Amino acid sequence: MPAIITPNKTDQDRKRHLEDHDNGAGRRPPTDKRTGGGGDNDNWSGGPSRRGPHERLNRYRMGIFFALASDLMFFVAIVSTFFVNQSTGHIDAYNHYINDWFPTTIPPILWLNTAVLLISSATMEFARRTMFQENDVMDEWLGLGKPITRRAIPWLSATIALGLLFLAGQWTAWKQLALQGVFFKTSQSSHFFYLITGVHAFHLFLGIAGLIAAFVGLYVSRQLENRQILVDCAAWYWHTMGILWIFLFTLLVFFQ
Amino acid sequence: MTALRRIISTDHRIIGIQYLLLALTSVAIGTTLSLVMRIHLVWPNWRLPLYGPILPEDYLALVTIHGTIMLFFVLTTAPQAGFSNLVLPAQIGARRMAFPAANAASFWLTAAALVVLSSSTFVPGGAPISGWTAYPPLSAVPSAGPGQGAGMDFWLASLALFAIASTISSINTLVTIIRLRCEGMTWERLPLTVWGWFTAALLSVIAFSVLLAAILLLFCDRHAGTSFFLPAGDLVNGVLHTVHGKGGGSPLLWLHLFWFFGHPEVYIAILPGLGVTSMLLANFSFRRVFAYRTMIVTTLMIGFLGILLWGHHMFVAGLNPFAASAFSISTMAIALPASAKVLSWLATTWRSRPSYKTPMLFSLGFVSLFIAGGLTGPILAQPILDEYLHNTFFVVAHFHLIMAMAAIFGLYAATYYWFPLMTGRLMSEVLGRWHFWLTLIGAYATFVPMHLAGLAGEPRHYAQLTGVPNAAGVMLARLVPLNRFITYSALFLATAQLLFLWNLARSLRRGSPASSNPWLATTLEWHPALNPFGQAAPDEPLAVHRSPCQYEITPSGELFLPQWAPDTLADTTGEVTFDTKPE
Repeated sequence: MPAIITPNKTDQDRKRHLEDHDNGAGRRPPTDKRTGGGGDNDNWSGGPSRRGPHERLNRYRMGIFFALASDLMFFVAIVSTFFVNQSTGHIDAYNHYINDWFPTTIPPILWLNTAVLLISSATMEFARRTMFQENDVMDEWLGLGKPITRRAIPWLSATIALGLLFLAGQWTAWKQLALQGVFFKTSQSSHFFYLITGVHAFHLFLGIAGLIAAFVGLYVSRQLENRQILVDCAAWYWHTMGILWIFLFTLLVFFQ
Repeated sequence: MTALRRIISTDHRIIGIQYLLLALTSVAIGTTLSLVMRIHLVWPNWRLPLYGPILPEDYLALVTIHGTIMLFFVLTTAPQAGFSNLVLPAQIGARRMAFPAANAASFWLTAAALVVLSSSTFVPGGAPISGWTAYPPLSAVPSAGPGQGAGMDFWLASLALFAIASTISSINTLVTIIRLRCEGMTWERLPLTVWGWFTAALLSVIAFSVLLAAILLLFCDRHAGTSFFLPAGDLVNGVLHTVHGKGGGSPLLWLHLFWFFGHPEVYIAILPGLGVTSMLLANFSFRRVFAYRTMIVTTLMIGFLGILLWGHHMFVAGLNPFAASAFSISTMAIALPASAKVLSWLATTWRSRPSYKTPMLFSLGFVSLFIAGGLTGPILAQPILDEYLHNTFFVVAHFHLIMAMAAIFGLYAATYYWFPLMTGRLMSEVLGRWHFWLTLIGAYATFVPMHLAGLAGEPRHYAQLTGVPNAAGVMLARLVPLNRFITYSALFLATAQLLFLWNLARSLRRGSPASSNPWLATTLEWHPALNPFGQAAPDEPLAVHRSPCQYEITPSGELFLPQWAPDTLADTTGEVTFDTKPE
């Protein structure tokens, strides 16, 4: 081991961004260290967490959180449409008020899919936490192998596999419903069943694309911080889609 | 490759200018369409050159594309994306936006949306005819009219692209403001323009995804055989519409979803203008902004109330009367923060001997139009008055004064004010003054008589005023002279804008070179280290030492203290000194 440890060559030659408070000290990557108290110089300015190693990570996290908040409003709109249409009836030729809402039966495989999605969220969280383990981050940053990347890859692959399994499960559910003669246009409630599951599946499809991007990024991206950000943002997106599915599934099972 | 990189730039200033050019193109198209409408209304036999006579469906298509282009591609892009990209990072002491690549992506998505919208004119059936609000069943059933087939699909695709682009751009704005502020730029010290952009971006994040959901549902109704918005037994053009099975949806649902987006959208268009006006009035009056903190709170309040009052568009649509009362109250509540803003503007300028430069004139014009247009707001907010006034020209006059004209005056003020940051030159004051007065006269002459036409009962969206039978025809025929006056005024107003274009083209090359702080401004975009045409110092750290608009004479004799000037021990401005180090 050399007497003086310097960061990777790639990290030294980066273009400096002054507004990132890159003071030339090498910009340490963020870790899960929670020390606080005296002597912790990670908070470079001493201010409330605007600066320091977490700065760029937090910026991207905030971006993804705003995007998810906006996406949440998209689902709020669809779910409120669901409730309005559910309670809307019409008056027929004999002047009777009719509400012909017939709930769509939920294929039992959806319970299995839900379990798969929950497990995939857990594996993703393992992948995410691995990316921030302090000792390994420091090793990898200094160029002593790629411990965290190596350890995150299995968890990430597991998440991708489980995500694909969930999508396959949703596909099976649609096929089963179609065999029973329930299609998108069949009834008011089947509109919503297919719309909600379909739109959610599309979001998961995007999420899997994000996971694959993070997977590729773990090999391609030369900067450790980029790899951490990719996995972190993909993880938050994935968790949100999981929680959202719990809500949507509850809606379809208990509130139809 | 380099040429491509110069066009698809991730530099926020270039993106800002690209947005402004896009808005300029759009406003030219939108204005031309409105002039064609005005001319057709008073001379129905006039043939459009290269086209022929204007049929009723053409008139409705003109209404639709005029409204869509003006609202989305002018009043949303120019203030919220254009000027914010141009000066927002500098005003908070940052040198870039938080996500430059996403920023470029959102511009090019917006440009694509404009192309898709414009091409809806050239598909079979032409442009859609259901207005910028696209109420079903007219918008949900392709057989409802010419343009409701392929044209409507293009319209939906265009707005979906625009919604995604605006969401990306507002996420970028929010993260930039929250994360990239420089040393000492606390929330209270943020310029009010930044507060305007911040609030509008919050509204965009909430509202545009609801529009996207509504578009998706409408698209399913059109192409996937669903009936979210289609009731049972729907008669379209006298034919019972049965494609959608049993029906069971509700057109009212679209109104709720659309206006939940649509009303915040109106505030997205005006909030940046409110901020610019506050800052410019203070700048040219050499005063502090009166009640700065209250102005921050009222900006946020307008945004908050803005998402609670969508129902006032639906008073005559079959809304529950109790709901109408609630929406009426929340609508009138917005008069409180709005009046507080007007009071602050008046108090800021009152007996201040302002310097009447063109940006100041346009800001004063903004105040005037905001009051004139705002006064009719509480009238329309009354469900009982709205019963009569709904869908008349009174409504058209109201929103053209407060939204279109006021926002455009804000845009002009911003253009004259920040032109030096785009080109390093000042715009001509003489031409600017002529432009201001002619535009002000034209704006009032066009839109004030519209109130009278509306009160007399002239409905919107009528392709012609003559040839209508019965008493209605007598009423409309009586309004033809008034409408002729409105058309002349509109032509005058549009012609006056040529002065602006001439000023723009002339100042671009031959305008007098601007100093680094030509207006004695206090906000950071005029910081010498950020001046793109001076000695820009990309490495100089930026720090802010006080709130904006400090124009008292200090003990050391300076007339004004910019936000970036460090405190010396002699200047006690009453604030906690942040950094006593001399520069």
